[in-house]
Amino acid sequence: MHFDWLQKYWPLLLDGAFQTVALLVISVGLGFILAIGLAFAQVSGGPILRGSARGYCTLFRGTPLLIQLWLLYYGVGSFLPLVPGLRQSFLWPLLREGFVFAAVSFTLNYAAYEAEVLRGALLSVPKGELEAGRALGMSPFTLIRRIWLPRAVRIALPTIAGEVVLQLKATPLAFTVTVMDLYAVAYKVRQDTLLVYEPLLVVTLFYVALTAVITRAFGVVEAQVPIRR
Amino acid sequence: MAAGQMTVWQLLALEPPGWGGALLAGAVTTVAISASAYAIGLGIGLFGAIGKLSGHRPAAVILKLYTATIRAVPELILIVGLYYAGTDGLNRLLAAFGLPPVEVNGFFAAVAVLGFVQGAYMTEVLRGAILAIPAGQIEAARAFGMSPFLRFRRVTLPALLPNALPGLANLWMSVTKDSALVAVVGYQELALTTRLAGANTKQYFLFFLAAAVLYLAITLVSNLVFRQLERRVRRGQRVTA
Repeated sequence: MHFDWLQKYWPLLLDGAFQTVALLVISVGLGFILAIGLAFAQVSGGPILRGSARGYCTLFRGTPLLIQLWLLYYGVGSFLPLVPGLRQSFLWPLLREGFVFAAVSFTLNYAAYEAEVLRGALLSVPKGELEAGRALGMSPFTLIRRIWLPRAVRIALPTIAGEVVLQLKATPLAFTVTVMDLYAVAYKVRQDTLLVYEPLLVVTLFYVALTAVITRAFGVVEAQVPIRR
Repeated sequence: MAAGQMTVWQLLALEPPGWGGALLAGAVTTVAISASAYAIGLGIGLFGAIGKLSGHRPAAVILKLYTATIRAVPELILIVGLYYAGTDGLNRLLAAFGLPPVEVNGFFAAVAVLGFVQGAYMTEVLRGAILAIPAGQIEAARAFGMSPFLRFRRVTLPALLPNALPGLANLWMSVTKDSALVAVVGYQELALTTRLAGANTKQYFLFFLAAAVLYLAITLVSNLVFRQLERRVRRGQRVTA
């Protein structure tokens, strides 16, 4: 076991950790917002809305994330130059980054899984609480904002914590589309120094530490609103 | 370029220069890898769950370490790490006996690695399912003087299956999707075949879409199979809700 490469590569490792965390935060944050819409569409939408939301979830949960990522990066990416005017627009430099594609596909994928969790949670909010809100004359939007959604999120919190950890463990896939995340740094170290296990071990420690941070953070949030057992 | 003039159906044709046949072969490989890894995982998981519940201290500690590490580390890292560690370790073992190094078959390496990872998740699912069996049922079997093996076959196994099946179905879905990660270490299953097809014809969108459809088909068929299985193992149970 040699770890002297750490001296030279630790700035790169920190950059990689930053990229990994950025991917996680973006996909979980935006994906959660998308998931709220998808979950409500399934719980209280009309037949068309319900069907399309369910179809979206089946599609994204039924195919590997790697295929979704490659479909977006290689497939959709190869059409982008054909869009008139896009090459000249300010968006173009962004659209050549693997990071953007990874962030978009992780967001879409996370939203599908999270929507299923939220759907279950929305259905398990006690009916009486919703009726009480309606009896007070709350508009549907106020009802969702003040009662339905907060209660559902609280119910789903332990599952959401699990989903976020799973999402963290999916981020290394970004390295296949040229993102320099933690795993990609380990890969680069391997190519430069021919060490296989040491960089993987160091990177693994990072992931385990991040997992511990996520679990702890959700523990703190859960403690804010204790559930009576 | 010749591919430029090919229509969608020519590109997806079963015979070369179409790639449809190669994609289907990739899909078969994906199912074969997944099924073999799943079977290995089931074996490991069964022993793991029994070991964890046996009350044997060292076994429980080792198994806890196994399930905790495997479940904490990203699958991609596990697959890459175990792939190299496995082949390297085997060759060192062979060298120690004075044998020449071997090129490990990609299929076996993929199955072994995925199976080892599945085993950890399987252990937890089965442990939970066994714990959910009412203790009285097992005690009754013991009171009848059944041997541990007979007890397992007649009481524990049929009673744990309804509890475990939803978790087992989830794991099957995740192994079919995780098997795509094997593409990263260069084994040619559906995902890698698709990438090759895309690289050769520059029709990335078409081929990844086709691969997505194949994966989706695998998922939907598996859903049906597991629903039937669940109906079978739950026969005789009271219907709730």
